[in-house]
Amino acid sequence: MADPAIPLWEVFIRSRSGLAHRHVGSVHAADVTMALQNARDVYTRRGEGLSIWVVPSNAITASDPADKDMMFEPTGSKIYRHPTFYDVPDEVGHM
Amino acid sequence: MYTQGLNNHDATANDTSANSERFQARIDAEERIEANDWMPKAYRRLLIRQISQHAHSEIVGMLPEGNWITRAPSLRRKAALLAKVQDEGGHGLYLYAAAETLGVSREELVDQLLAGRAKYSSIFNYPTLSWADIGVIGWLVDGAAIMNQIPLCRCSNGPYARAMIRVCKEESFHQRQGYEITLTLARGTAEQKAMAQDALDRFWWPCLMMFGPPDSDSQHSDISIQWKVKRFSNDALRQKFVDATVPQAHLIGLEIPDPALRFDEATGHWVYGQIDWDEFRQVLAGDGPCNRDRLAARRKAHADGQWVREAAMAYAEKRRARPAKLAA
Repeated sequence: MADPAIPLWEVFIRSRSGLAHRHVGSVHAADVTMALQNARDVYTRRGEGLSIWVVPSNAITASDPADKDMMFEPTGSKIYRHPTFYDVPDEVGHM
Repeated sequence: MYTQGLNNHDATANDTSANSERFQARIDAEERIEANDWMPKAYRRLLIRQISQHAHSEIVGMLPEGNWITRAPSLRRKAALLAKVQDEGGHGLYLYAAAETLGVSREELVDQLLAGRAKYSSIFNYPTLSWADIGVIGWLVDGAAIMNQIPLCRCSNGPYARAMIRVCKEESFHQRQGYEITLTLARGTAEQKAMAQDALDRFWWPCLMMFGPPDSDSQHSDISIQWKVKRFSNDALRQKFVDATVPQAHLIGLEIPDPALRFDEATGHWVYGQIDWDEFRQVLAGDGPCNRDRLAARRKAHADGQWVREAAMAYAEKRRARPAKLAA
């Protein structure tokens, strides 16, 4: 018989000052203190980070990849949101 | 790397041909397949099997090397070996997490290993008889693993590919430390050089077997290549390994234990002799020199850790309950 499941946590690491925390993987741990310790041991053995976040995996709500078109396609047609949509004379220089 | 909780819709519900075609088109376009994406059941099964075997190999692989931590010849060697074995543990954990994105739990996978229902790399069923084995394992076993793993960084499964990128970054330290140990012995006394040669003699053929059966009778290769789980055939990777390794052995004055080995000018490849596939099948079937020891050691470690897991869960539960009690 397999053991009962030990909760799963997603791990985010800030690699350098000024950068955002970035998802690096996950760990199992009974509580948040151990989740942080395990994340440190598993994901930062070579100075990979300055700061770690751990988040219970089941607290994350994700968009469904099947809804990708509905979610993201509408922005594809709105080319006027990009600076290159607008014509300005070359003499203006960099703008 | 992503939660199983996200896999709540039944992504395997309709293996229709339209879905399968769309899936193959995504693979052909070099898109990565992520946790929530539709995938054929057979793809999911193949990945779970491959990733979990890979994870088990990392975990069981800690045993032959762990055997020498307390007997390393210097503090420098000891610290490096300890770090390497810790890395293997980390690699196992990255990989179990990648497998979990496919809807299987780590507990189930560990259970399969301990019950003897899962396979792991045949190489770890050979004993480490001398310190020189630690050098040769780092140089050859990790070297062979890198050959296998670099193409996996571009595997079609996103979580597996990302785990492999981390693993490969760390693995090259392993190979270099192994080669340095072997080189030091090869340049030492006659007795030390003989130790290095003896280790190479024992590990050379099992290392060639690590790439799996010859292309002529490999079961999973075709579909693996079609799904871009695998990018090169077993024989192609094996050849790459031989070509890279033979000059490294010659450079430090060691002989490859293969009388048939010769360099073919026409193709630019080293041609090697016949591999004993009966031995490979025997080790894989559970009758290698150390299969029973390895499983016994994993079972003991798991059983000995039982109270720790229970205590951690009980403590977490107590902490969770405490504020509620205060409020009441």
